Amino acid sequence: MLSLERGPPGPHHEHERTWRSALRFVIALPFVWLIVFFLLPFALVLGIAFGTNAPDSAPPVELGLSLKNFALLFTDDLYVAAWLSSLRIAGTATVAALLLGYPMAYAIARASSRRRPLLLMLVILPFWTSFLIRVYAWMGLLAENGILNQFLRWTGLASDPGTILGTEWAVQLGIVYAYLPFMVLPLYASLEKLDTSLLEAAADLGAKPFAAFLTVTLPLSLPGIVAGCLLVFIPAVGEFVIPDLLGGTDTLMIGKVLWDEFFTNSDWPLASAVAICLLVLLVGPIVLFQRQQAKSLERQ
Amino acid sequence: MKDTSIVRIEGLTKRFGAVAAVNGVDLVIERGELFALLGGSGCGKTTLLRLLAGFEMPDAGRVVIDGQDMTGVPPHRRPVNMMFQSYALFPHMDVTENVGYGLRREGLPKAEIAARVAEALEQVRLSDYAARRPAQLSGGQRQRVALARALVKRPKLLLLDEPLAALDRKLREGTRFELVRLQEELGLTFVMVTHDQEEAMSMASRLAVMDLGRVVQVGTPHEVYERPCSRFVADFIGIANILPLGGGRRWLALRPEKIALCGARPDTAHAVAGRIVDAAYEGDRSLYRVAVDDGSVLSVSIANVARTAEPFRRGQSVWLGWAADAGHELEE
Repeated sequence: MLSLERGPPGPHHEHERTWRSALRFVIALPFVWLIVFFLLPFALVLGIAFGTNAPDSAPPVELGLSLKNFALLFTDDLYVAAWLSSLRIAGTATVAALLLGYPMAYAIARASSRRRPLLLMLVILPFWTSFLIRVYAWMGLLAENGILNQFLRWTGLASDPGTILGTEWAVQLGIVYAYLPFMVLPLYASLEKLDTSLLEAAADLGAKPFAAFLTVTLPLSLPGIVAGCLLVFIPAVGEFVIPDLLGGTDTLMIGKVLWDEFFTNSDWPLASAVAICLLVLLVGPIVLFQRQQAKSLERQ
Repeated sequence: MKDTSIVRIEGLTKRFGAVAAVNGVDLVIERGELFALLGGSGCGKTTLLRLLAGFEMPDAGRVVIDGQDMTGVPPHRRPVNMMFQSYALFPHMDVTENVGYGLRREGLPKAEIAARVAEALEQVRLSDYAARRPAQLSGGQRQRVALARALVKRPKLLLLDEPLAALDRKLREGTRFELVRLQEELGLTFVMVTHDQEEAMSMASRLAVMDLGRVVQVGTPHEVYERPCSRFVADFIGIANILPLGGGRRWLALRPEKIALCGARPDTAHAVAGRIVDAAYEGDRSLYRVAVDDGSVLSVSIANVARTAEPFRRGQSVWLGWAADAGHELEE
């Protein structure tokens, strides 16, 4: 048996060695990718965040170890307000997406196995069109002379409807629309797994349908709820495109502030500090999400 | 006359598409009996049980439980509880919460729930496992949690769907007696579905043999075994030699243990000579297949009573004998 483990090198061992180095290469590839395209840029941003603004040089940064940018973020009302309003908008949109997505996921999970693939396809279908184009399409829907208002005037439901575009409502609507699939899919996954005999057992033991839902379906779909909410909340907090296109000048979101600092004010260090803070703020929910995913994997 | 029945099933029919899973079943189940629905897979026994629980609604006929017509009554309002084949324990609740689930739905006071749950856990000898989750229990323990969860509701009727199927052989034997003991102690009516004829015979006070959605025979295990009403029942329950009787479509069902196996011509009403073609020694008894002179092969089961006697060997010439009343005559 020993000779098998460390026998003389032969063609078999040659083969194994090539195979192993190939394996190592395959494993290394994503790490190289992450280092080049995530870790290096991140280090760059982190470095810039501690620098000072130098509008006359190119790039407009003077490296250093200044905490001025971070101090500004926590003292200037504008930034604090932008933080809070980002959290609030993302939070409300997440709740709205949950209330809308749960019945959808439930219906898909309970649909006949023949119709389920079609319904799931419909949820994923919007991804076939670019995100940006879909948000532009909402501008056309919600504008003052947009399709929605034209429809309202034509049917006579409202002769002088207000304009949704440019308000926080439009931003909420956009976020819910854009991120709904990310809510529906994990919810569907956890509802589809649910053993229907558990619901029969609940009914058998005297639970009315709604009580059975509250005591069995809801707690057992909790992993899906947490996953869906985090998948919507995390990107929504830092969202830039939706508030920029659908929101108005008074819709404050941190992603938009970052963009303005970088492109409009050319203040690279301040924009970098915003980016770092955004990342730190979202590390909490991301860790929560990953721990919850690991836990539900473990339970299986 | 006082009505002693707890369940009356009248002309019950349930179709799935074009197939009638339950087809015009009439059945009366008496108060306090352990009734078994026995049949092969797809015979409709599980559908019949689900019709009793209210998970399926009949296409025709009705179910009357304790004098109440159950037509249109949803499962959560029936005085019936079920033990599921998969047990269907709630994975996110511990044993106490699982057993107390049905009582909480009734809105009983906390103290009463705690007392009744403790009592139910005592009955199934699980008091030490009250704080465990289902995933932390063995198969046999889960089965007992499922039983306690149904029993704690004090149902008029307890339905058991293949109660022993998920247990291993050793555990199954013990649990069989355990279930019968509980049923007798609590004086409840049990209706049990099983595909295992041995299980049905050993536990039930009466049983119904089902085939193709119909009840083909109802009776005590003894009646069904000794006086099967058809070739199907004779063949399904235990082993039967089915011998054609001269003229017409009549047969004799002859159980293997009713036949004597001898070296010389026995002094019985019937005797035929034959040769052993198969011999299976099982310790307590031996099963032989004997080819008789008219070409048919009979199964014979002999208890190995004497320790020193040599069992018969394959190829040996033997005589088979049985009494005049050993067989049961069947008419198709």
